[in-house]
Amino acid sequence: MAQPQVRKPVEGFLDNKKFLHPKFAANYGKWKTHDRPRPGVLHHVSHSGDQVWSVRAGTQRQMDHYTIRKLCDIADKFGEGFMRFTIRSNVEIMVSAEAKVKPLIDELEKNGFPVGGTGNSVSMVAHTQGWLHCDIPGTDASGVVKSMMDALYDDFKKEEMPNRVRLSTSCCEINCGGQADIAVVVQYTKPPKINHDQVANICERPTVVARCPVAAIRPALVNGKPSLEVDEKKCVCCGACYPPCPPMQINDPEHNKLAIWVGGKNSNARGKPTFHKLVAAGLPNNAPRWPEVNAIVKKILDTYKADGRPWERMIDWIERIGWPAFFEKTGLPFTKYMIDDWRGGRNNLNASAHVRF
Amino acid sequence: MAKPMHPTPNLDQLESGPWPSFVTGLKRLAKDNDAAVDLLGHLEQSYKTRKGYWKGGTLGVVGYGGGIIPRFTEIKDEDGKPTFPDAAEFHTLRVMPPAGMHYDTGTLRKLCDIWVKHGSGLIALHGQSGDIMFQGANSENVQKAFDEFNEMGFDLGGAGPALRTSMSCVGHARCEQSCYDEAKAHHKIINAFLDEMHRPALPYKFKFKFSGCPNDCMNSIQRSDFATIGTWRDNMQTDEELAKKWFAANGMNTLVNTVINMCPTRAMQIKAAKDVAKGENITSVKLDDKQALEIDNKSCVRCMHCLNVMTGALQPGKDKGATILIGGKSVLKIGATMGTVIIPFFKLDKDEDYEALVELAGKVIDFFAENALEHERTGEMIDRIGLPAFLEGIEVEIDPNMIDRPRMNPYVNMGGWDEEVAKAEARKSAA
Repeated sequence: MAQPQVRKPVEGFLDNKKFLHPKFAANYGKWKTHDRPRPGVLHHVSHSGDQVWSVRAGTQRQMDHYTIRKLCDIADKFGEGFMRFTIRSNVEIMVSAEAKVKPLIDELEKNGFPVGGTGNSVSMVAHTQGWLHCDIPGTDASGVVKSMMDALYDDFKKEEMPNRVRLSTSCCEINCGGQADIAVVVQYTKPPKINHDQVANICERPTVVARCPVAAIRPALVNGKPSLEVDEKKCVCCGACYPPCPPMQINDPEHNKLAIWVGGKNSNARGKPTFHKLVAAGLPNNAPRWPEVNAIVKKILDTYKADGRPWERMIDWIERIGWPAFFEKTGLPFTKYMIDDWRGGRNNLNASAHVRF
Repeated sequence: MAKPMHPTPNLDQLESGPWPSFVTGLKRLAKDNDAAVDLLGHLEQSYKTRKGYWKGGTLGVVGYGGGIIPRFTEIKDEDGKPTFPDAAEFHTLRVMPPAGMHYDTGTLRKLCDIWVKHGSGLIALHGQSGDIMFQGANSENVQKAFDEFNEMGFDLGGAGPALRTSMSCVGHARCEQSCYDEAKAHHKIINAFLDEMHRPALPYKFKFKFSGCPNDCMNSIQRSDFATIGTWRDNMQTDEELAKKWFAANGMNTLVNTVINMCPTRAMQIKAAKDVAKGENITSVKLDDKQALEIDNKSCVRCMHCLNVMTGALQPGKDKGATILIGGKSVLKIGATMGTVIIPFFKLDKDEDYEALVELAGKVIDFFAENALEHERTGEMIDRIGLPAFLEGIEVEIDPNMIDRPRMNPYVNMGGWDEEVAKAEARKSAA
């Protein structure tokens, strides 16, 4: 019997030149400056005097094709047929005449795409897949983000924060959402529940043992079957054993909690890039709207907005006022879990007499 | 018309509020799409029980070992039949978007057409990996969808223990701070190592990211094993017209409070225009007829703060390139690590400079492939073997820019001291 015809793939990362807005292509590497005429609009000027306006709007990231086609229609009719996306799933539609900016904004807003996300606004949340599509999720992602952005809608559309605010959410402790000024991350609070009937069939046991960051897992014979056991005194409930061994179930409807971390930044501006730090935990995984999480995020943002000075990122503000003042002003309880006892954690203690009174 | 909708009282609550709703989008799809109907039912179940119900598997397209994220439902009745049969297989294709995520509308519409034909019509722009995520094809259609995307010139991204899809900032296309051609570096590197992406054979994932300046909009220092962050090594440039315009609009208090005082190395001073220092490392610009800003470029660490505040008035220098940092990663398993400097300045101007970057990247990948343990990221490997051993392996000389401060404990055998001093002298005379 003849083999079915197999198409040979053409491997290669395609060139982006043909997808560039003509002004981008013409002034490639020759930009001089930019300003923001209003929130959500970037106005760039090149050394040749060329100008381009980019109008930025929020999207839901997980888009049905109708939404994408709607954006295409808007870009064709009110833009110039080109768009790009930011790392935070905002769309940018470019125009080469100032007169086109206002009608484009109006059309985007009319169709439910909020214009904003530039400068010292709260931009869209970088997020993960969650229950929609992940194989190890502790919570949803799109739903958490939808709820957060509903609450932060005005802060996205206005530029009223001391500096830009970057948010992320992650549906397990792996933290695929990344470092952020405020990050919402699942925190497991119980060791995995092991289905000993399945471990031997599904898991490569040495791999799972090696995956544990605190060496709490060891091979064991349970009910006559080869399995794994966890030293629950050592276990840090990180969930690292779960992906290579699904019978070590880490997720639990009750004991999956959400934690909030602040003060991460990737930019080198002013201070060096830094990781976010724990400021709240134990929040319930309260689908569909996670009100407890949103209340704390909002409280932190309101405090920062009122107290931060111009150009201070979240961490710059906190380092000026000090952590005691951060906890006092936000009303968040400071617990022993905020004192780092991981490898190198002693470096995060106050080894000085610098104390603010 | 699709089959009847499942009740979704939880998800329905995510349709209210001003932010665009993914649930409303899924419901739009569900009007004529059984997979979307069942996906909504599937997700509602998770909202009800607070549990996830997808498991992975093995699935690929011909010639590739990665790039597809298989998802099979775990919601089944007692006989093992899926409760939501039309979403029982809901695989994702990771497809590399054009560098900088630029599109023309014709291309986006065509991508939509293909995905409606072979998949669910649900597309994430973009995933945290930097891919276009085409979400929701059954096993049979994955190859068909890929074939059509590939005919358009698109290729799959990475997954598993492999080179992953990369990201580069808007950079040269629209940014005055851009210090090298990010898309060019991005293209050259990914195309040079496609085999590592499509046929996973590395110890674990390996990521490149490209940011045109130290604002690092691609979060490369934290999100990539190999971060290429644009910088310059000569003096900052200025534009007097823009500086005067900025000063007239913002005034002395704003200058002092948000520019001078926020410089992390106190490299800036305000001076009477007539008193500005001369010297090969000094940049100065007049703010009005009397006052000037003076910058000591030797103290400047290229943090970008003053360039961000006084956009265009202060600009990167002319001698541009990138700082290369290695070892950024997220939490698993030693804790999150930032990339650290291995090349303080890598000139990126001519074609051969970009070829040299590819060569360096090749050395790093080779060393990683040969020396990392299974499931160990580059940062963890360096943590285990020490930076000097890694540098020796990739044939890079040590440099004090690689450290925050020298060692603070004596617990090391320094018997080779004299040889190392000789090497240091040799490096100095070679420079």
